[in-house]
Amino acid sequence: MTSKQKKNLMRIIVALTLFIIIFVVDKFINLASVFNGALNWLLPFSLYLAVYIIIGYDVIYKALINIKNGQIFDECFLMLVATIGAFSLAIYRGVNGLQIEGFDEACAVLLFYQIGEFFQNYAVSKSRKSISALMDIRPDYANLRFQNKIQTVDPEVVQIDDIIVINPGEKVPLDGIVVKGETTLDTKSLTGEAKPSCVVVGDSVISGTINLSSTIEVKVTRQFYNSTVSKVLELVENASSKKAPSEKFITKFARYYTPIVVFLAIFLAIVPSIITGNWNIWIYRALSFLVVSCPCALVISIPLTFFSGIGVASKKGILIKGSNYLEKFSKADTFVFDKTGTLTKGNFVITKIYPEEKSEEILRLAVIAEHDLSHPIAKSICAKYQKDFPKNYLMTDLQGLGIVAKNEKDIILCGNEKLMKKYHINYERCQESGTIVYVAQNNKLIGYIVINDEIKEESYVLINYLNNIKAKVIMLTGDNEVTAKHVAEELRIPNYQASLLPQNKYTYLSNVIKNNHRAVCFVGDGINDAPSLMISDIGISMGGIGSDAAIEASDIVLMKDDLKSIIEARKIAKKTMKIVLENIWLAIVIKVLILILSALGITNMWVAVFGDVGVTILAILNSLRVFLE
Amino acid sequence: MRKVFKLEEIDCANCAAKMEESIKKIAGVQDASISFMTQRLTLEAEEENFETILLQVKKIISKIEPDCKIK
Repeated sequence: MTSKQKKNLMRIIVALTLFIIIFVVDKFINLASVFNGALNWLLPFSLYLAVYIIIGYDVIYKALINIKNGQIFDECFLMLVATIGAFSLAIYRGVNGLQIEGFDEACAVLLFYQIGEFFQNYAVSKSRKSISALMDIRPDYANLRFQNKIQTVDPEVVQIDDIIVINPGEKVPLDGIVVKGETTLDTKSLTGEAKPSCVVVGDSVISGTINLSSTIEVKVTRQFYNSTVSKVLELVENASSKKAPSEKFITKFARYYTPIVVFLAIFLAIVPSIITGNWNIWIYRALSFLVVSCPCALVISIPLTFFSGIGVASKKGILIKGSNYLEKFSKADTFVFDKTGTLTKGNFVITKIYPEEKSEEILRLAVIAEHDLSHPIAKSICAKYQKDFPKNYLMTDLQGLGIVAKNEKDIILCGNEKLMKKYHINYERCQESGTIVYVAQNNKLIGYIVINDEIKEESYVLINYLNNIKAKVIMLTGDNEVTAKHVAEELRIPNYQASLLPQNKYTYLSNVIKNNHRAVCFVGDGINDAPSLMISDIGISMGGIGSDAAIEASDIVLMKDDLKSIIEARKIAKKTMKIVLENIWLAIVIKVLILILSALGITNMWVAVFGDVGVTILAILNSLRVFLE
Repeated sequence: MRKVFKLEEIDCANCAAKMEESIKKIAGVQDASISFMTQRLTLEAEEENFETILLQVKKIISKIEPDCKIK
């Protein structure tokens, strides 16, 4: 609790105790009957007024300043009018010799209003603190090595190529490359997943992770403002500046709600009074209106809920860039996936060599042709063949077809169907799924190699989940039809598009978006699908650590490379939105109900103030439910 | 030009909304957003008039919530 909050709490306790004492005494011995005469109302009045001033001097002060500034629809001012009105009515009764009542009520309205304010303030600062604790990844210092001395400096002054020393237990302050030592790093603060990773000389380290085992020296590759930790913090801190439609709706609602209720109160105080001549009753009812005219319960609970939702998600390594994306994501009904690297691991392995008895020979020929290439498929072939092979061949890379390797007596062809056709080789079309590499020697087909990308384990879980919630799932890939079909069938994805060039992916996706009425998510690895991430309603990129482009282009960043985070993100989004809607309805219904009941004279100001404060506290408590599992 | 400011002692969510609304209406302000939860004002305004715009922003803030300080 801050000192201001403590002071307020003390004030509330003192005022509440005094109030209860006066109230109880009044009920037993009726304070108005202590003295006789026309001024008998002065005793209860002055006692309650004293409590009123203790609890409300700041409200009175603020209200006066606001009147001066022309802010008449300010809650302090409205509370002041309501309570002064109630006091006046009670004085009026006293002066006219009616039964003395109403002083307690006038005082209580302000007292309970302040209690409500206190709770609200406390809940908000508590929530602010718990979220900043979640995001406590900002490093406070860096150990800069300078001419064999080590200085502790602010991470912001460290330059690129400086050497920093990171001891066990310390946070990595800046992104860099290990130049000395080896250790294990904990990435939990970034990914939400306790998974220590080992780094040795030459490996890159990411700021925000924690050094677990031994001292390392790191050469800085990025300045602080550009480091992962800064990017992540900036993203989370900016998240709440992008407001969701429901939040905008509420602030807009609040803008009209207060003036409307105030005018209704004025109307209620004047018109029925003129007709019935019963000024006392109708002014009293109008005052109840002023008590519920403040829209605070609504206005506060919505951003509080969103903020909690974003905070909970970031704790789990899911960075959501704004409340608007959270709201949109909860409505998403179409999920478009990039295949390679997203649904599949992107590491190609040989799944079959045909005919099997010649596999040694086929591999050897393929390696001769492909050993120089950096293509993942070529790499997977070379990885399988560890033996020596002749290198006296001249290689020609026929783009999109394959490789031709020649020497004096030999021609090796290694590539796809088109290559075989081009060289008029007799071949039988392979029906396997995957990438097929045909190998031919001296115009004769020797056999073929089938290479497949492995499907990620969690892809099954995710697609199953999406199918269960009846979402539309689409897979896009640049790979051929057979491969695409195989992966789609394996994962039970009903819609897929194969053989797409990057620009085709983009056009296809734009069409999906155009024909969708809710929201379209695109999930990619963030490496080469930035345009798709940008045009989709919600761009989700995987394994965001260390990839600026992905963080920049996407709306939701999954810090750990795990598709199951999407399920988690959706659950958080759904829950947050459910609570947001609950709060909106709760507050509006209760307020309107109080207004109607007050207008009919069924309730009094006690109920009005309890209802108003109560609904605020309820909405705040409800919004904190996001934190519960 | 886009700049982020910290708002201290901003106690009332509705006031934050009101401030945001009024700041958006200042001539030269392209966009403004106040996050009540993170106590931050994101201001996007014309570079050449930024200082004068900022003065107006400060005025609005102290008018709506006198306790609130901008940093």
